[in-house]
Amino acid sequence: MNTVSALAGVVIKELYRRKDFYVLFFLTAVITLVMGSVSFFHDAKIVRYVKEIALLLIWVSALVIAIGTTARQIPAERESRTIFPLLAKPVTRWQVILGKFAGCWLACGLALIVFYLFFGVVSGSREHHWPLLNFCQALWLQWVMLGVVVAFVLLGSVVFAAPSSNATISFIVVLGILVLGRYLNQVALQQPEPLCAVIYGLYFLIPHLEWFDVRDLIIYDQHLVGWVDCGLATLYAVLYMAVFLVGAWLVFRRKPLNL
Amino acid sequence: MKKFAPYLVLLLLLAACFSLATVLQEGSASWSKRGASDNVLNVLLGDGRRLFANHFFVQADISFHSGYYPSIFDQASRPKDTSHMTAKEGEPAEEEHEKQMNFLGPPRDWIERFGRHFIITEHTHLEGHKESEILPWLKLAAELDPQKIETYTVAAYWLRDLGKIKEAERFLREGLLNNPDSYDILFDLGRLYYESNHDAARARKIWDLALRRWSEQEAANKKPDLLKLDDIAVNLSHLEQTEGNLARAVQLLELAKKASPHPDVLQQQIAELKQKLATRAPAAAPKAP
Repeated sequence: MNTVSALAGVVIKELYRRKDFYVLFFLTAVITLVMGSVSFFHDAKIVRYVKEIALLLIWVSALVIAIGTTARQIPAERESRTIFPLLAKPVTRWQVILGKFAGCWLACGLALIVFYLFFGVVSGSREHHWPLLNFCQALWLQWVMLGVVVAFVLLGSVVFAAPSSNATISFIVVLGILVLGRYLNQVALQQPEPLCAVIYGLYFLIPHLEWFDVRDLIIYDQHLVGWVDCGLATLYAVLYMAVFLVGAWLVFRRKPLNL
Repeated sequence: MKKFAPYLVLLLLLAACFSLATVLQEGSASWSKRGASDNVLNVLLGDGRRLFANHFFVQADISFHSGYYPSIFDQASRPKDTSHMTAKEGEPAEEEHEKQMNFLGPPRDWIERFGRHFIITEHTHLEGHKESEILPWLKLAAELDPQKIETYTVAAYWLRDLGKIKEAERFLREGLLNNPDSYDILFDLGRLYYESNHDAARARKIWDLALRRWSEQEAANKKPDLLKLDDIAVNLSHLEQTEGNLARAVQLLELAKKASPHPDVLQQQIAELKQKLATRAPAAAPKAP
């Protein structure tokens, strides 16, 4: 466990040493504040468009951080040959996978906390109320979703040759699931057999990341998601994380490390 | 000297650029078809901005429904027009819309059933002064596509409803400037003067102009909206009735009857007005020279 946490600590240090997070946070803050300062028909109470833009930027930034950080972890270790002394410590390959995953996931969590603090301040200053539980639930669900994304990208980083191809493919897959995942069953039912069965099979196979996107509930001041549902969704995500991590380990344990 | 040569060349090139710019600047305006009024968005996006404008208009509708809105995969259930955006509870347009928006149906599988715990599943419309939340999207849509008439009429409706009469008038005027032939905008502007400003004389002028624009479009075979003719004529007729011009009111109702989906109701009103005119005529007769 100490080995895993030490590896995770290195990844977290990498997050605050690199410029990615600062640039994305700065962009999110500037765009949100500029949009928030615009007056539409002299009505100071209008706030939902600011929340919508801010949350969209937070989602995009979090995905960029998660995929960007994770995609380069193992390839960078191999390229700089630091993977050899690391594995000679002795650290097992499973620990490397788990440590990298924990580091990337925790780093995403830290970034999300900063983003949501900013969002809470902006939204609260306009609306004059802070639905903290809703914010915490949205943050939690987004973080859990990012866990699945991180595990998936980690699997990609041991399958694909370059971090760039892994990041691109991961982005397409994740965005595809977020945008289309919910409707795949509808699409499947309109297709002839055997295409219908294939698409429906895909619908059951993919991790439904769109469940974790509760931005609309925050933007439109809706109810909290039931805590049982929240727990079940977390369990669902943890299972997918486990599947991707075990998959990554299975590929990585037999992979030659020299380039 | 050799040391400074590259810098001197650079200076020479910069001077040449500057001189050329001053020569070309005067004539450059006539090269492009773009007028000086084109804003940055027009230059950057071209006609593609209409696509974004439509997206923002839909976004206003999504905001009006607090996020409960059919996706591209529920096309059949998507609202076909914008009448629901300016309809109050109990109005026919609202009842029809209520049926349209029942697009979710029973869940097809456990994933869909569970997923519904994380989305908005209830059809509601904004109320209690929250309607202003749709205005930023409409403003953006108008910026991107100034020729989209509904943007102005829907925004003006809610601005009036929120008591922002001046803002509504300004926005409609902006729309009229971009669409001088729009009888829709003229009708709404007339309604604003009549109902909100109680300025019957101005409203009459505007509605008369709206009728003229409608007729011009019909003459040009542009198939203008018949229901709008009904709206303009009926409202103008009502104004004339309250101003005591019953003969003109009858004329207008006759015109509206041609376009109305309920001509029998209008016929009844015409009969009542004719009766009033008849009773007024003998009383006025002795006064006549």
